[in-house]
Amino acid sequence: MSAASRPLLPFASRVPPVLAPKSFARLRAVLFVAALLPLARLVALAAGDGLGANPVEFVIRSLGTWTLVLLLVTLSVTPLRMATGWAWLIRLRRMFGLLTFFYGALHLSAWIGLDQWFDAAAIWKDIVKRPYITVGAAALTLMLPLAVTSTNGWVRRLGGRNWQRLHRLVYLIAPLGVMHFWWHKAGKNDIGEPMIYAGVLALLLGIRLMRWVRNRYGSVDSSANNSSTVSLRRTS
Amino acid sequence: MLIRRRSDIPPSEITPQGVWRERRRFVRAAAAAGLVVSAGRLAAQDPAAAKLPGKASPLSTMEPVTSYDLVTNYCNFYEFGTDKDDPPRHAPKRLKTRPWQVAIEGEVRSPRSIGIDELLKLAPMEERIYRLRCVEAWSAVIPWVGYPLAELIRRVEPTGNAKYVEFTTLADPKQMNGLGSRVLEWPYVEGLRIDEAMHPLTLLAFGLYGEVLPAQNGAPLRLVVPWKYGFKSAKSLVRIRFTAKEPVNSWQRSAPQEYGFYSNVNPNVDHPRWSQATERRLGEGGLLARRRPTQMFNGYGDQVAALYAGLDLKRYY
Repeated sequence: MSAASRPLLPFASRVPPVLAPKSFARLRAVLFVAALLPLARLVALAAGDGLGANPVEFVIRSLGTWTLVLLLVTLSVTPLRMATGWAWLIRLRRMFGLLTFFYGALHLSAWIGLDQWFDAAAIWKDIVKRPYITVGAAALTLMLPLAVTSTNGWVRRLGGRNWQRLHRLVYLIAPLGVMHFWWHKAGKNDIGEPMIYAGVLALLLGIRLMRWVRNRYGSVDSSANNSSTVSLRRTS
Repeated sequence: MLIRRRSDIPPSEITPQGVWRERRRFVRAAAAAGLVVSAGRLAAQDPAAAKLPGKASPLSTMEPVTSYDLVTNYCNFYEFGTDKDDPPRHAPKRLKTRPWQVAIEGEVRSPRSIGIDELLKLAPMEERIYRLRCVEAWSAVIPWVGYPLAELIRRVEPTGNAKYVEFTTLADPKQMNGLGSRVLEWPYVEGLRIDEAMHPLTLLAFGLYGEVLPAQNGAPLRLVVPWKYGFKSAKSLVRIRFTAKEPVNSWQRSAPQEYGFYSNVNPNVDHPRWSQATERRLGEGGLLARRRPTQMFNGYGDQVAALYAGLDLKRYY
C-alpha cells in the first residue's frame, strides 16, 4: 500500500469505508431530519409571531441562505469522500442535492407568493431588470432538470455518461447561486458573508480542477489518481 | 383566483395614545417600585430615559403609529453593526450622550459649539407623527419629538453663501463597534439644500414616543426629513456645517450609481437592485400582508413638491 492511498484525514480510518445498510439508513435519516430543521424553525417562528419586524424578508432570506448551505454541502460530498475514503458518502449526495432544490424552490415560491403576490408583470420585470434576480432565477431554473433526472430510472434512461454530463450543470449553478447572494449584498459593500460562501465554493471547485488536471496530464503516482478506486483502498 | 387586498388596520385594533402612554407610565412606575426586576426595554434606556413631551402638531399624520418595540429594535445605524438588531444590542450600552456638543461651522455669522442641554431648550418641543420610508422598501410611522431645524438655523444666521447644510454623525471607535466595517467611510455625512433644511417639515428630533431618543435611534439628536429616504435623516449629530458647495453624502460616495444627493422618496425611480414602487409597513399583518404602494415624496408632495419645480427627479434621484 503506497502512502498516497491512505486517507488524507487521520480520523477517517476509524469509520469503515462501507457501512452496514442499517447504520447507513439511520445516518441518512438523521441527516435528513437535520436538514429540515431550518424549515421547522421558520414554521415555529411563524406560528409564534417570532419572525420579527419584516417577516416576509426574514423568511425569504433564511430560505436563500439554507439553499446555499445545502448546495455547498452537496458539492463537498465528493471531496470529502476522497479525503476520507468513506465510500458510503456518495450515497448521500442525491438527498442533499434534492434538499438544495427543495429549499431553493421554497425561496423562489416565497418571493413569488409572499413578496410579489403572484404579480406576473412585476416578477418578470424584476427578473429582466435586476442582475442579481436574473442569476438567481437562472440558477434555480437550471436545477430543475437535475432534480427531475435524479431518479435511478432517469440515470438508466440517459445512460451514466450522459447523466453525469447533464449533472455537471451544478458547476454552473453553484457560482450563479453565490453570485446572486454577492450582488444582492454588493451595493452596501457588505460582502463579508458572500465572501465566505465564495471561498468555500472556490475551494470545492478548486479540488475538482486539480484532480481533473492531474488525471488529464498524468502524475507520477497513477494509483492515487483514480477516484473510483477510493472505496477499495483500505481493503487492498 | 381571488386575492383580496387587506384593508388597513381597523381602528379597533389600534392602541389609543392615551392607553399606551398610561401603560408605559404604569410599567415605569412598576419598575421604579422594584416590581419589575429586569424589563429589557427599560433597562436599555439611558438614565435620561426621561419623558420628553411635545405639543401635538397639525403636521402629524393620522395613520396608526408603528409599535415602540419595532421602531426601537429594527434599526439601521451601521456605526453599531449592519444587522437590524445590532444597534439596539450595542448602542444603549456604548453610546454616551452626555456631555454632547454640536459644532456649528462654515457659512454662518456665529460659528460655535452648542451643548445638548442648550439645544433642548432652544425652541418648544412638538410631537410630529411622520411616515418614515427606508430606501430598503420598508416603512414605519413614528411619533418624533423635536422642533423644526429652521429654528436652529435662524439663530446661527447663515451667510448669503450658505446654499447647503452638511450633517455629520459621531464616529468614535471607543463607543461604536461598527466603525471597523468598510461598508461606508466614516464619519457618516448627509446633506440638504438650505431650502430643504429650512422647510417646516424638516425636524431636529430629540425624542420619540414622548421620551428621550433611545441610543439606537440616533440619540441625543438627529435629523428627520420625512419626504426623503430614511438614510438622509442622519443620527447622533456632532456637526452641522453650512456650505456653498453640494456636500457628498456617505451613500453617494460609497455607491453613486445607487444613491444620489436628493434621495427623495419616489415610486417611479427604482433602486438598481429593487423596485421602489411599493413598500412593506413594519408590523402590518405578518406573512400574508401585501406591500403597499409608495407615495411620491412619501405622501408629503403637497408641502414639498414646489421645492423641486423644474428639477428632473429621474436624473437627480
